[in-house]
Amino acid sequence: MNETALILARMQFAANITFHILFPTLTIALGWILFFFRMRFKATRDESWEEAYYFWTKIFALTFALGVVSGITMSFQFGTNWPGFMEIAGNIAGPLLGYEVLTAFFLEATFLGVMLFGRGRVSERTHLIATFLVAFGTTMSAFWILSLNSWMQTPVGYEIINGKMFATDWLAILFNPSFPYRFSHMLLASGLTASFVVLGVSAWQVLKKVDSKATHKAFKTALTAAAILIPIQILVGDIHGTNTLKYQPAKIAAIEGIWNTEKGAPLVLFAWPNKETKSNLYAIEIPKVASLILTHDLDGELKGLNEFEGKHPPVAPVFWAFRIMVGMGVAMLAISWLGVFMLRKRTIDTLPRLYLKALAAMTFAGWVATVAGWYVTEIGRQPYIVYGVVTVAETAAKHAPAMIGLTLTAYLALYVFLLISYVFVVKSLSEKPTRGQAPKLPTAAGRKVDAIVEAAGD
Amino acid sequence: MDTVLPLIFMAVMGLAMLLYVILDGYDLGVGILLHFAPDEHKDMMVASIGPFWDANETWLVLGVGIMLVAFPSAHGIVLSALYLPVAIMLMGLIVRGVSFDFRTKANDKHKPRWNRAFAIGSLVSAMSQGWMLGSYVSGFRDDWWTWAFNAVIALTVPAAYVVLGAGWLIMKAEGDLQARAVVWARQAILPFVIGIAAISITTPLISETIFKKWFKLPGFFALLPIPLISAAAFGALWHVTGKKSIVAAGYGWIVFAATVLVLILATLGLAYSIYPYVVIDRLNVWEAASATSSLVILLVGTGIALPAIIGYTVFVYRIFWGKARELTYGA
Ligand code: HDD
Ligand code: HEM
Ligand code: HEM
Repeated sequence: MNETALILARMQFAANITFHILFPTLTIALGWILFFFRMRFKATRDESWEEAYYFWTKIFALTFALGVVSGITMSFQFGTNWPGFMEIAGNIAGPLLGYEVLTAFFLEATFLGVMLFGRGRVSERTHLIATFLVAFGTTMSAFWILSLNSWMQTPVGYEIINGKMFATDWLAILFNPSFPYRFSHMLLASGLTASFVVLGVSAWQVLKKVDSKATHKAFKTALTAAAILIPIQILVGDIHGTNTLKYQPAKIAAIEGIWNTEKGAPLVLFAWPNKETKSNLYAIEIPKVASLILTHDLDGELKGLNEFEGKHPPVAPVFWAFRIMVGMGVAMLAISWLGVFMLRKRTIDTLPRLYLKALAAMTFAGWVATVAGWYVTEIGRQPYIVYGVVTVAETAAKHAPAMIGLTLTAYLALYVFLLISYVFVVKSLSEKPTRGQAPKLPTAAGRKVDAIVEAAGD
Repeated sequence: MDTVLPLIFMAVMGLAMLLYVILDGYDLGVGILLHFAPDEHKDMMVASIGPFWDANETWLVLGVGIMLVAFPSAHGIVLSALYLPVAIMLMGLIVRGVSFDFRTKANDKHKPRWNRAFAIGSLVSAMSQGWMLGSYVSGFRDDWWTWAFNAVIALTVPAAYVVLGAGWLIMKAEGDLQARAVVWARQAILPFVIGIAAISITTPLISETIFKKWFKLPGFFALLPIPLISAAAFGALWHVTGKKSIVAAGYGWIVFAATVLVLILATLGLAYSIYPYVVIDRLNVWEAASATSSLVILLVGTGIALPAIIGYTVFVYRIFWGKARELTYGA
């Protein structure tokens, strides 16, 4: 297998999935937040909930569109980049992907139209149901794809006949050993990502003095969600790590930077992993704590990278990505709890400007943590595509490196451009005053309502 | 079971692809036409497809998904061979899809640029789809004749989409925009007809397998209705777009319907030509199929989900039935 082609194919896959994941991460939870806004409006009839819904729908629509188009790219990526994967593992990966399309993609894509543009054409109840179905559909997408990804990390319930994998136990495949942790960790990540986007944009609106009652409602909702979710996320992350220790000890050794098996391993806070000398330079460590966290025993034994010679992932990227994720988690904890604490005595307008600026700076903190987390996961399972069974190199397509390089460059240019446009548009949307922009209630708009609306809505 | 299942999935895959071509076809067509429309109509044109495009594209995901799931080895061969056109199509679809939202949310200054991106993205996607169809039918050969053949299809598909898109606009628009749509449809009919005719004549010449299938008796007579009905549909297209009074009397939908009919017939013809191959001359449905147990699992899901999907799709089309209106997130 051509080394350059393999590296390029991996970079291309990584670029595409990294770009894709940004948007679903945001929409999965933002869908639920929008549903919450609508429910609050239904319960209180307070127009500012409606205004918040209206404003965030715009960002949702934009984000969703990016999620869909990059997702379509993803659905071709397995075939174009890893044809061997489907040949070997297609019997298992196939149905999971198939069910995702059938039960999730159609649901969200079809009802999205009603959710976005259906006000005034359908009854309020139908509209609420459509909003619910979109949020539900996105969550179902996450369910199926994470089931597949988790199975690739911790494969069970299969047998190999003539070099192909066959399913023997679908329930075991679906709820494979790492799935519960990965699914909950990802949903929480989505909740945090959306909360911090809402929080950051709202803080920016307060700073720019274009805020309204709706901004404050969104701010409070997001702050509360963040403050509740982050400790749970840290806990789940910790349990996730224990699970990984059981099934992928080489990944944990890379995460913790443990080169040699030891009892009572220290927690390495900072270091420069050096693959030449197989040791950490400039390490700052807390003795025995890694063993304590992972094995719940001060003198527990942790396997080092030396046990996986030639079959362990590259250390530095995993090590660093992990620290970025955890660092973000700690920062999220600090800032959200500080906010809750301050709001006991203050109102949102009187929060210190420095604090609001910090929130605005953390708007996309969820993205950073999520992507870093995925890099830990995916790079950490190298060199395998299905852990312990199939390697990435076995499955790669044999394209000319020049062609992969060409398309990779084009994708990258497009993605950078779209990402900049996205951030720019979110910024400019948030700087337009939203006050008084809340839409009128459906029937009050005074437009002609055609017969079909009455038939469809009740 | 082992013999029928792969055939069922071949049929579902064909259905998904056909639905994709019809549904995303009309919105890509409208996208291409955006370039030719005066500014005052652009918002309405986009509004007419706004609630649907996302779901329309999902049929492509289903089609590719079924190939991936039911015929994994074919999926590998096809997508490896089509690597470049697939990448180009995807970038086209990305640009088209994001322009939907950016054009209204970005700064007004940039709106014309996003409109242009919208049209170009639509055209690029349509052309690369045509090219892919060409290489697929010709068995991924690489020579000048095949490239010329692919190029003809790459031009025919956008023409077909434009007729379809114009047909959609005739149903969804009123007044000046509708009148323009009639003209657009009429202008695109000729390239569409010539393209289809050229493809029909050259396909058997490109592939010996296909030649043998079409030109043997008595099959030839059984197949005769395909070209005959297509010709009648083209006749109807030409007739309806030629007389203002027919559209005014409310029969404008015939343009859309006749185009859909042609596409259905073309798909049937193609299916007949290729059967029983998934990758022509190389891999038949049974060789390519995945394990029966996996197919059964999927069949259950498809059996339940597909009718549901079709059901709620119809429901949503009914909600947005009738002439298009300006789109807002509020009322
Ligand atoms: C907002 C996002 C976010 C935050 C704040 C955290 N994580 Fe995380 N983490 C993810 C988002 C994420 C993720 C993107 O969702 C990953 C990638 C794959 C997965 O299952 O979840 C992930 C993976 C992941 C893994 C790799 C598991 C594996 O592949 O085997 C571990 C061990 C942790 N996380 C642990 C933590 C800990 C101890 C955190 C404490 C602060 C933490 N995460 C915060
Ligand atoms: C849940 C769905 C996912 C599946 C099924 C999946 C599957 C894969 C596959 C097949 C590869 C190729 C093998 C390889 O190059 O190592 C890969 C690599 C990779 N993925 Fe994922 N992935 C998923 C989610 C993600 C997400 C959300 C991200 C990032 C945000 C991500 C980041 C990466 C990276 C960076 C690589 C390259 C690693 C390397 O080559 O060293 N993945 N993944
Ligand atoms: C590697 C594998 C992946 C593939 C093949 C894939 C494929 C797709 C496709 C085709 C779409 C568009 C569906 C539509 O037409 O509406 C989509 C959207 C979506 N995907 Fe992925 N995806 C992958 C990874 C992921 C991951 C890792 C997640 C989340 C954890 C995810 C969650 C979603 C969600 C929620 C949507 C809905 C659109 C949105 O909310 O922006 N996908 N994906």
